Amino acid sequence: MDTALEDRFPTCPLSLTINGKPYTLDVHPWTTLLDLLRSDLELTGTKKGCDHGQCGACTVLIEGQRMNACLKLAVTLEGAAITTVEGLGTPEEMHPVQKAFVEHDAFQCGYCTPGQICSTIGLLNEGHASTREDIRELMSGNLCRCGAYTNIADAIEEVLADRASYREAAE
Amino acid sequence: MKRFTYTRAETVADAVAILADRPQAQFLAGGTNLVDLMKYDVERPDAIIDINSLPLKEIEELPDGGLRIGALASNSAVAYNAQIQARFPLLASAILAGASPQLRNAATTGGNLLQRTRCSYFYDPSTPCNKREPGSGCAAIGGLTRMHAILGASDKCIAVHPSDMCVALAALDATVEVVGPDSARDIAFGDFHRLPGDEPQRDNTLARDELVTGIRLEANRFAGHHTYLKLRDRLSYAFALVSVAAAMEIADGRIVDLRIALGGVAHRPWRDPLVEAEYAGAPAEDVTFQRVADRLLFEAKGLGGNDFKILLARKAIVRALRQAASGRPQSQTLKAIQ
Amino acid sequence: MLDRSKIVGSPVSRIDGPLKVTGAAKYAAEHFEPGMLFGHVALATIAAGRILAIDTRAAERLQGVVKIYTHENRPKAAYRDSKWKDAVALPGHPFRPLENDRVLFDGQPVAFVVAETPEAARDAAGLIHVHYAAETPNTHIVAEQHNSYEPPVARMKQFLPPPPRGDAEAAFAAAPHKVSADYVLPGEHHNPMELFAATVRFEDEGRLTIQDKTQGSQNSRDYVCGVFGLDPDKVIVKNDFVGGAFGQALRPKHHLFLAVMASLDLSRSMKVEMTRREMFYLSWRPSCVQTVSLAADDEGYLQAVLHHAVHTTSRHEDYQENVANWSGLAYKCDNVKISYELVKLDLATPGDMRAPGAASGVAALETAMDELACEVGIDPLELRVRNFVHRDQNQDKAITSKALHACYREGAERFGWVARSPTPRSMRDGNDLVGWGMAGGIWEAMMSKGEAKVRLSADGHVTVSAAASDIGTGTYTILGQLAAEVFDCPIDAVTVDIGRSNLPKTGVEGGSWTAATTGSAVQAAAKAVVKTLLGHAQSMENSPLAEASEEQVEISEGRLVLEANHQVGTAIADIMAAAGLDAVEEQAKVGPDILSMRRYAAYSHSAVFVEVKIDEELGVVRVTRVVSAVAAGRILNAKTARSQILGGVVMGIGMALHEEGLIDHRTGRIMNHNLAEYHVPAHADIHDIDVIFVEEQDQRASPIGVKGLGEIGIVGVAAAVSNAIFHATGKRIRNLPITIDKILESEAVQ
Repeated sequence: MDTALEDRFPTCPLSLTINGKPYTLDVHPWTTLLDLLRSDLELTGTKKGCDHGQCGACTVLIEGQRMNACLKLAVTLEGAAITTVEGLGTPEEMHPVQKAFVEHDAFQCGYCTPGQICSTIGLLNEGHASTREDIRELMSGNLCRCGAYTNIADAIEEVLADRASYREAAE
Repeated sequence: MKRFTYTRAETVADAVAILADRPQAQFLAGGTNLVDLMKYDVERPDAIIDINSLPLKEIEELPDGGLRIGALASNSAVAYNAQIQARFPLLASAILAGASPQLRNAATTGGNLLQRTRCSYFYDPSTPCNKREPGSGCAAIGGLTRMHAILGASDKCIAVHPSDMCVALAALDATVEVVGPDSARDIAFGDFHRLPGDEPQRDNTLARDELVTGIRLEANRFAGHHTYLKLRDRLSYAFALVSVAAAMEIADGRIVDLRIALGGVAHRPWRDPLVEAEYAGAPAEDVTFQRVADRLLFEAKGLGGNDFKILLARKAIVRALRQAASGRPQSQTLKAIQ
Repeated sequence: MLDRSKIVGSPVSRIDGPLKVTGAAKYAAEHFEPGMLFGHVALATIAAGRILAIDTRAAERLQGVVKIYTHENRPKAAYRDSKWKDAVALPGHPFRPLENDRVLFDGQPVAFVVAETPEAARDAAGLIHVHYAAETPNTHIVAEQHNSYEPPVARMKQFLPPPPRGDAEAAFAAAPHKVSADYVLPGEHHNPMELFAATVRFEDEGRLTIQDKTQGSQNSRDYVCGVFGLDPDKVIVKNDFVGGAFGQALRPKHHLFLAVMASLDLSRSMKVEMTRREMFYLSWRPSCVQTVSLAADDEGYLQAVLHHAVHTTSRHEDYQENVANWSGLAYKCDNVKISYELVKLDLATPGDMRAPGAASGVAALETAMDELACEVGIDPLELRVRNFVHRDQNQDKAITSKALHACYREGAERFGWVARSPTPRSMRDGNDLVGWGMAGGIWEAMMSKGEAKVRLSADGHVTVSAAASDIGTGTYTILGQLAAEVFDCPIDAVTVDIGRSNLPKTGVEGGSWTAATTGSAVQAAAKAVVKTLLGHAQSMENSPLAEASEEQVEISEGRLVLEANHQVGTAIADIMAAAGLDAVEEQAKVGPDILSMRRYAAYSHSAVFVEVKIDEELGVVRVTRVVSAVAAGRILNAKTARSQILGGVVMGIGMALHEEGLIDHRTGRIMNHNLAEYHVPAHADIHDIDVIFVEEQDQRASPIGVKGLGEIGIVGVAAAVSNAIFHATGKRIRNLPITIDKILESEAVQ
């Protein structure tokens, strides 16, 4: 093993907040936010479906905006506030979007689901969706191979129709 | 992914200076294309210069009625900006036709200009590719060419530029602002992207030591007559087979000023100002639109797998011009073609 | 016992739902072990040839790399093929990772890097340089179909074509109306959202606990034990959560072999997660060429059916699926000839993908039926109604149940089929041509052998256990419902323990048989618990149930009571207290009724109605409406059942319009091995889908009346879309997917 490489490519200090909890870390520059979450921090709610920004399973909220964690180098996120699916609710106390997904059976295998749910929160934050057509288009960055799309749209429609409860829970 | 060092640049001057010192370094903005390519071992920088801290996120009005978009303004910020939507709706529409909301939130204006081709041979380091490895050959020629160029290709490269935003920017005659180690300069959008010729490794005319800092748009009178029509293999989240950015100014049923740019058909957004000038004064009707299509595609050449793109582009041009003339731009949400 | 169906049948939300929506559900790659190492596979970049040399020097120098395996240093594994054959193995030689220098297909594993971090393993794999002696590959089924052959060893007897009946050729020649065409289907790739992965925990005394992405934990365990000579009692495979599979995870994949191999070799825990690209080389729906010839009389009654199917297999195995036999049993016809052959190509072995065989074969048959309806000049739905058959003519057996007429009727009504104008290109909406098409679907209702254990505690809590898998199908929930029904308890009083190899024996989750099999086993075990309880109750002094038989009792509100009079009974807690027990546990074993199977064949059926809108100039297709009416016996959970059909319909739309593995036949390599260029339907592609379950009682298909839903949803969908496109445009496109280039080139739009 060539230890000289270690010195040539040192880790970088990184401070950021994940689900409200501050972290001070040392990361390799090539570690993506997705790998940081899933491997280093064992926050496996965020999923790896393609690792190339082609499926949306890794969608998280960075400063409230939905993004693909697989294409973000962790080191570029100094000071950022990240929210993952684990930060939204727990099995016992689900976020209204999570509840709506369960109620409408908006998933089957569940693997794309955390990304769909974070993407939904991002969509609500953005405020550009009011019709079912808007939902379909603006949720198209999240593939679901089980084909739960119509149920996902139903769940989001319900949450949109009840924005008041959504805002309450987000506060 | 090749091992690399990481540096965060705090000023434009810093960024450019650091790059000058590191011949294998690359700037990193949104990362949506570069990180992807690094994971496929297509891009192999030994140093990454993070430019996200640079003060280049603003979208500002210019005294002459134009707008300046900072290179780090995200695609979403641009697409949903009220000024852009009111005055350059063509740009907003093109951006919303591309990628996904997540990618648009991360991707930047400057990065979009530098987006690399989706050619599957370029993406596969085990195949020859003159763009990736100059002189190694082009595996796409004679291979799967469904996505490839029908205009301006060379015997070295048949790749196409994948951006939607750039097609609109080409139609809108944007200006690219760049900064190098010694000076800043403007590049007309039409001069920014290149055809492959003998140097397909060069996507554009940006010098290696330069940084894109922003885009300028001049005021225009196209807001009433424009469209971005994108045709692809599924209804969202797919690269264009053919796309058309069309804008026109119409008076008394006649075209006063015409702009038309094509995406998905060439190594750069395809535009021919001579053709546009030729049809200034022509009636805004189908016969004219068909002639424009014929002229734009006069030199179009299929490679077998992409022959259909010539017909598709012809139809798309006519339809887009019709949409623009009628003042009913294509919705990026309702998938019926208007 | 009465079919009370308080819980069973109702739309109970998934009991594993809260875990899935909060990220708490752990999939195969999401387990962590101290000192764990990570593996990454380097893939071949040729489709046929030999490895001359592998240069691993640069990779070995990368910080964090522990060991690199190639065929030159791979630890020994079983010698005999039989040891490598899993429960779903095929005739031929199973693939053995890193066995020798032969490259049999593009993307074959050629090296395996083990490192301290996943990034180091991945990046080292990228530094491995392989020198090949490449041979010219053959990967084009259309070009190679003349080299087809009948499989010398059948994978399953029912995949063999039925003997011809009547004289199909003569009847075809003599008939007044006939159609005959070739249908070409490309290879498709499952692409479940979860990447294949295995986490191996290396324990003391040679014990391994493995988290694997698999549709059968016991199949993975038995494979690993066979290949490495391990004691099955010392290996546990778990698959608590499976992020989609669709058949791709039926057979153990190379990640499992390599993870266990390295774990044993290095005495360390291991994790291996595939890349998306790697998943394009595992198993796939084979490319397929079919010729279907149909003939009818003037009223549309079928006079002859001829179906010849040829699909791809690999050099080393004879993958087989039932493509063409459906054509002999879907409709009444006395002159039938079916043939089925394979073509060997330099590609990975294909595998079962959602409704394997039927998805492809019925696509061709049901398109041909639409063509025949046009030829005869009758409504395509009416053609199918006229040719309805009550018997499986292939096997000359009665059919357990077939509520297909109800599917036709209710589906057509919901869709509004009566308003269809028969002439192609005659319906419009603005710039769009509107097309309405329909097709039928069919799938075998299967049941396999299976076991389950049910435990009832004195406090009323129920635990159900079986080595079954929930791949998104709702298995957790329906098993819970079935138990809750017997014990008359809320679903949250039931713990469902599945996804582990050391639970009661269960086959792989596939073929839509899990609900029928494990569901029946759970019900049987639960009833056995009731019987045992009754025995204990009757041992009590002055038992009010002393004279009751097991058929006369049931559980109600925590008491064992007489079905006819709930006043008479004893509290479960009291029965257990009297017997000195804190729980009663029983195991049951079920299997298909062999006697019944001699006389009856069981199938699920469907009718799918599709509306497409196609821009008249540009040829952009939108599937704007789908109605799928399904007859699949008893529906255990209206919510999850509907979801299964929705999923099948979506995948069927992908099959019709989007999905195709694109191979550069010069090199034999798949070039769109990613989710940006291999298009599965995105959200914007999917509009309204209406699912109808028609009433169907069937106690022969399985003891609980279930036929299974995993496959039937996709069958017929591609044909219905294709038929709708024909109705919209007047042009028939017989090679899927129907992409915009084919629409333009067929002049379907002007």
